[in-house]
Amino acid sequence: MARVIVDVMPKPEILDPQGKAVHGALPRLGYHAVTDVRQGKRFELEVEVVDEATLAEVHALAGTLLSNPVIEDYSVRVDQ
Amino acid sequence: MKIGVVTFPGSLDDVDAQRAVRIAGGEPVALWHGDHDLKGVDAVILPGGFSYGDYLRAGAIARFAPVMTEVIAAAQGGMPVLGICNGFQILCESHLLPGALIRNDHRTFICRDQTLKVESSTTAWTSGLSVGDEIVIPLKNGEGGFVADEDTLDRLEGEGQVVFRYVDVNPNGSLRDIAGITNERGNVVGLMPHPEHAVEDLTGPGTDGLALFTSALATLTSA
Repeated sequence: MARVIVDVMPKPEILDPQGKAVHGALPRLGYHAVTDVRQGKRFELEVEVVDEATLAEVHALAGTLLSNPVIEDYSVRVDQ
Repeated sequence: MKIGVVTFPGSLDDVDAQRAVRIAGGEPVALWHGDHDLKGVDAVILPGGFSYGDYLRAGAIARFAPVMTEVIAAAQGGMPVLGICNGFQILCESHLLPGALIRNDHRTFICRDQTLKVESSTTAWTSGLSVGDEIVIPLKNGEGGFVADEDTLDRLEGEGQVVFRYVDVNPNGSLRDIAGITNERGNVVGLMPHPEHAVEDLTGPGTDGLALFTSALATLTSA
């Protein structure tokens, strides 16, 4: 068994209200070093084997279901 | 004329949409998300609600429901399709309409009677309205911010594909105050506010919403 990680983030030019809300809370907690926050999603996909066909399938599902290419970018990496 | 209304798990306004079709003089037909069957309807409405709990993204899972295969094919063939609120989100996720809906910029759910300006009367769902008309219908959403890249927005404006614009207040951060859009052909329309909640004086801010349903019936009758 192996694990493939798909990270999905809002595109830089798309407003991220959730990230803004988190960022807005930080000064109230006394944290001042963080200048911006973007919030995304992380998917952990369990697969039998990591090969070319599996990764092609992961890219296909990441680009259709897990992310919306109009507003989000995704990246795929194998969890070592 | 038969207008189908799809019920997904989590749809809320399917019965209201059926009722609006009936009041407009049409025959509403209940469609089920799990069926590959449009039951011979002449038009389809995707109603508001929180299909599949809005998990992942609003409309993202509904877009792959079995019935959507038929809805997408019919829409591409020219059948009138209206997406209201969650239905608009599903149409964008299906890429039948450009752009996407994101969380409101003020991060709170909003519910209000909203004034809209009609920007196009050449769609299947607005043929009975006139450009410049103002209508008041309820708006209720948490993820109603319409976004698209600048080129897409310019194209929508240039091709007359903006159908409704918010007046007085932009309730959710939608770019260029866009409340509703159509496809190039004008048969597919999506909007965030709810025309089906403004079809009787007793239960809404007025009857302005009725025009969308009577427009579709008139479009179908004249076709």
